[in-house]
Amino acid sequence: MFEYAPAPESRSVVDLKPSYGLFIDGEFVEGSGSAFKSVNPATEEVLAEVAMADAADVDRAVAAARRAYDEVWSRMPGAERAKYIFRIARLIQERARELAVLESLDNGKPIRESRDVDIPLAAAHFFYYAGWADKLGYANLGPNPRPLGVAGQVIPWNFPLLMLAWKVAPALACGNTVVLKPAETTPLTALLFAEICRQADLPPGVVNIVTGAGATGAAVVSHPGVDKVAFTGSTEVGRMIAKQVAGTSKKVTLELGGKAANLVFDDAPLEQAIEGIVDGIFFNQGHVCCAGSRLLVQESVAEEVVDRLRERMKTLRVGDPLDKNTDIGAINSAEQLARIRTLTEAGEAEGATRWSPPCELPERGFFFAPTIFTGVSQAHRIAREEIFGPVLSVLTFRTPAEAVEKANNTAYGLSAGVWTDKGSRILWLAQRMRAGVVWANTFNRFDPTSPFGGYKESGYGREGGRHGLEAYLDV
Amino acid sequence: MSETKKKPAKATKTAAKTATKTAKAAAAPAKAAAAPVSAPVSAAVPEEVSATVSAPTPAAASRSSVRKTYKLYIGGAFPRSESGRSYAVAASTGEFIANAAQASRKDARDAVRVARAAQPGWAKATAYNRGQILYRIAEMLEERRDQFAQQIAGVEGISTEAAYAQVDAAVDRWVWYAGWSDKLAQVLGAANPVAGPYWNVSSPEPTGVVALLAPATPTLLGLTSVIAPAIVGGNTVVAVAPDASALPAVTLGEVMATSDLPGGVVNILTGGTAELAPWLASHLDVNALDLAGVPAGSDLARDLEIAAADNLKRVVRPAPGGPDWTADPGLSRMKPFLETKTVWHPIGI
Repeated sequence: MFEYAPAPESRSVVDLKPSYGLFIDGEFVEGSGSAFKSVNPATEEVLAEVAMADAADVDRAVAAARRAYDEVWSRMPGAERAKYIFRIARLIQERARELAVLESLDNGKPIRESRDVDIPLAAAHFFYYAGWADKLGYANLGPNPRPLGVAGQVIPWNFPLLMLAWKVAPALACGNTVVLKPAETTPLTALLFAEICRQADLPPGVVNIVTGAGATGAAVVSHPGVDKVAFTGSTEVGRMIAKQVAGTSKKVTLELGGKAANLVFDDAPLEQAIEGIVDGIFFNQGHVCCAGSRLLVQESVAEEVVDRLRERMKTLRVGDPLDKNTDIGAINSAEQLARIRTLTEAGEAEGATRWSPPCELPERGFFFAPTIFTGVSQAHRIAREEIFGPVLSVLTFRTPAEAVEKANNTAYGLSAGVWTDKGSRILWLAQRMRAGVVWANTFNRFDPTSPFGGYKESGYGREGGRHGLEAYLDV
Repeated sequence: MSETKKKPAKATKTAAKTATKTAKAAAAPAKAAAAPVSAPVSAAVPEEVSATVSAPTPAAASRSSVRKTYKLYIGGAFPRSESGRSYAVAASTGEFIANAAQASRKDARDAVRVARAAQPGWAKATAYNRGQILYRIAEMLEERRDQFAQQIAGVEGISTEAAYAQVDAAVDRWVWYAGWSDKLAQVLGAANPVAGPYWNVSSPEPTGVVALLAPATPTLLGLTSVIAPAIVGGNTVVAVAPDASALPAVTLGEVMATSDLPGGVVNILTGGTAELAPWLASHLDVNALDLAGVPAGSDLARDLEIAAADNLKRVVRPAPGGPDWTADPGLSRMKPFLETKTVWHPIGI
């Protein structure tokens, strides 16, 4: 491995305030709960104090959203709404570097990824949905598409700004107003987004941001003034939400966990497959609901694939997220690091073989070396439970039928990968995978034009594309 | 019966149907007039029903009829309830018509098992093939118009005319849904213009096994309106037909059994919704739940939705005030039981 000199991105572009309030009705206001701290997971340094919204704050935010919905946003012609969303997209592009650095500081993801993936894709989502705002009648969803009202949105910490874009852009395009709760550990880019809404002169109340933890999210989801609930996060919390909204008229979409199978056949182009495997599980420290965390390799090439994978893993650089050479940044929180450790210990205890490349982890911060497990059986916890970290389980198969059987043997159904040179086999497998996204000879591709969402316990509804509009329309 | 026999070949089916309707409309008052007591048409219905059931032709007046045993429809067969239970189905006038099988929790589990087993094969059938079979169901149903109309009039207490109108609407609905089989992917799918050298397309796929709680009325149209949209996209179903709707439901099962529909694609349980629904709602091998037959806003509706959350079933909530089953259903009962799969591949040489 080459020794690279450190190439840190400057954080001077970010103007961090010591404390942040809630964003309600176009203003930053104090929260009623006790403020909490957002830390940099790479250094454990406190970045800022953030207000905690309680039920009364959520109530105010929903009231502001309702007023903005009734009086302004739902009445505004789509062509006018489109221009506001278009402005937001441009502002995200203009402030891209600032957003990328802030995202890496707050989340721990490598700057290479926040700069090249998160922020450009977030802007692209606003551009894409801006264009839909005045064309909803052409979306082929129903003859008279109407907005739902106030959308309560709860998003996770793995792609803070991107998940915000996935939720806010289609909601606004369809004429809804939103109350969004970002994750407790990564609220800062959402608060910078609030500033962007002000720069765009978005009417007050159209976007409201309430920071806080689980209780704040529950208050948003169960608020009687919320007409639509959108959640991305764990299957466990998704289940709770589905129960909370039972018997109500709230429309719900859930993007939940995954345990994706990544299938490698003996005729696969191995160089590309190895890159795809690495991208599938080590992208964003494996904090990806559609991560390819179960590698299924055809037995005849299993040894070669694992050997090559190990060689490739030795070149992964783990460390400072703000260093442009870093491939794997920090685990988002101490809590998540503990969960990854628990599950990897279970993997060893259950008899799988653990391997990580020799790498020095920073002394401070939450880091975890990229890890693979071989000799994994389908019954092992590491093959069944979502780890949400840079941990890959390797299993083998002999026939395509066995590959399908094993790939689908999970309660989840978000994504799948297939690597083979044979086109007819790709289509055969793509048909049989019980997953919302199938990547063939690629992995972890996202685009605002493409629907994304799960089968089975990976949730319901789709985000992105024409399909993503349906979640925010009464059709 | 005589109208059916006189029917010409299929080529002139539409014309025949119109002719049949006209003949029926003319026949109904004549029958009413022939009844011993001059009474309004609606009051004459039960007599007409019992006359049809026990004495189909005047020549047979001296013989006792062979009565039909109403059983469940599971896996293409007609078993009794494993529980050995049955319940009396009465005409709207209170008169006993038949005993229907009262399905148990075990019957529901058996039905889910066979529905699961049948699902991959049904989903794999070509859209053209699934359409052909749904059209065939319509054909077989059309041929049994009289039988259904009499059954419906008996159990629902509606006029013969209204019963015929319901059968016709059900037949038309099968034809309507049949036509969707090979259009869903075109209407609900998409080719997505991604920003990169990738080919990517989204298409609808069945969600799996769907549990349907059919409304008690309209018996045949209600059951048709929940089953047809679920199976046209490749799902298999376990439908609960409550109370008196059992009789048309079992007869619809007979239609399906003779329509080349693979066994297990549609399974019909007769009995009580409140008894069977919780087991289906909490069954981890059921992917979706249609609460059509549960009162909107009821505790039962909420409890079933909570139970369904355990494996994140797709739930179609009951419509407040009950849906208008005669209205154009649109995509409202097909889309909830379809997933969208997006497949990516790089483009290059």
